[in-house]
Amino acid sequence: MSAISPRTTSLYPRHVAAGAKLGDFAGWQMPLDYGSPRGEHLAVRGSVGLFDVSHMGQIEVAGREARSLLAWALTNDVAAIGPGQGQYTLMLTDEGGVIDDLIVYALLDRYLLVVNAANRDVCWARICEGAEGRDVEVAERSDEIAMLALQGPDWAKALEPLAGSPAPLGLEYFEITEDMIAQVPALVARTGYTGEPGVEIMCPWELAPRIWDALMRGSTSVTPAGLVARDTLRTEMGYPLYGNELGRDRGPIAAGLKWACDAAGLAFAGAESVRRDLEHPPSERLVAFAFDEPGIPRPGQSVLVSDVLAGTVTSGTLSPSLECGIGMAYVRSDLAMPDTAIVVDVRGRLRRGHIARRPLVARSPRTD
Amino acid sequence: MADEHYPEDLRYHREHDWVRVDGDEAVFGITWFAQDALGEVVFYEPPAVGATLAADATYGELESVKAVSDIYAPADGEVVSVNEDVVAAPELVNTDPYGAGWLVRVRLTNPARLDALMDQAAYVAYLAGLGEA
Repeated sequence: MSAISPRTTSLYPRHVAAGAKLGDFAGWQMPLDYGSPRGEHLAVRGSVGLFDVSHMGQIEVAGREARSLLAWALTNDVAAIGPGQGQYTLMLTDEGGVIDDLIVYALLDRYLLVVNAANRDVCWARICEGAEGRDVEVAERSDEIAMLALQGPDWAKALEPLAGSPAPLGLEYFEITEDMIAQVPALVARTGYTGEPGVEIMCPWELAPRIWDALMRGSTSVTPAGLVARDTLRTEMGYPLYGNELGRDRGPIAAGLKWACDAAGLAFAGAESVRRDLEHPPSERLVAFAFDEPGIPRPGQSVLVSDVLAGTVTSGTLSPSLECGIGMAYVRSDLAMPDTAIVVDVRGRLRRGHIARRPLVARSPRTD
Repeated sequence: MADEHYPEDLRYHREHDWVRVDGDEAVFGITWFAQDALGEVVFYEPPAVGATLAADATYGELESVKAVSDIYAPADGEVVSVNEDVVAAPELVNTDPYGAGWLVRVRLTNPARLDALMDQAAYVAYLAGLGEA
């Protein structure tokens, strides 16, 4: 088998010029950090950071039966959003395992799904499966659409000089609008994966450097931020990551994502399993935790409660904001109460901590 | 972060650890190459004072946000002191890997073992070989 060389985004030359440490992520050569993941993390919390997330996938669904397709393929109630609104949702297997978590946006004439880079192909296959026999047009747009995430309390200050109209600055959380950004046609959505206010900007693939440069050269100081900071930011928020907290072996209820499942309808693919989990709660539940002494938890490590094996760490890092080890874990449901004392086996050293409510770090007051 | 350099007064281990001999004692640390590969260091797990370190065996851990790296003893020794400054501010390993970022001071128990280590020129050549591999 020959090795497939990783793909690069249109911003790759910018990352190299900025001295990024590059690494493979889902087959993409992406910036892991620009020298200091901790500094990038704190810049997003304190001012504003800019991420290249062009590796993420975009799928469009249009046509008379678009909503019917999405009501089958996605767990959340897609009828609840109208043009200009987005919604966090999940795609499940028929058996109720998670294929991906994603955001679906309703635009004027179509829906737009933004999916994880690692799941582009499986999400597209699932949408194509649903398109059969329905009056819809579907399109895989991942290779045509670049995506930037501008995140942090100063996002509006950085974006304002570039925006063609005031619309992007007035967006409510999870709203989306079309506008010109640095003379580039773009979709701007008030979404993100950091817990900070900010926007995600989608634009034609080859034009992303124009927006990147305009943001970097503006009078508001914007810090380029890599995937390591993105991961520590989302872990502080307790946001699940596909491949760590989410996968085909578990359903949304164990992950605490009942709110993303259309409770009234439960007519989507995989709903049977969700209904079962609601009636008979799963034996393990996703929790966040923080350490009360030095140490850094890592995925795969055991969680103990009162000397009994209680679960497994799925994500772990050092929180730059809290300056202590934090993480997420699936823990026996009867032991998953906040403030429960836990011990994590960190390569033979037992580190004391406690189960904590999510988010571990308070959202910025300027977040909706 | 410091600029890439490898002082001439040190001896080097193939796992990218250095030793500075000081009479019958020695100081251990990791090289510029090692800290660069690890990235921003956020945690140092030192050995206990009095612990016996064996050459080529791990004696502690350095962690970045994303990875854990074992640290290898370049020579045999008994830990006299550990650098508490690095425990408190692990990024010293990045900013000053051969100075304030030292990791342990040991009493050498088998100084003859030092002869197995590389000098600066040999280590730089060794790094160049890794780059070509």
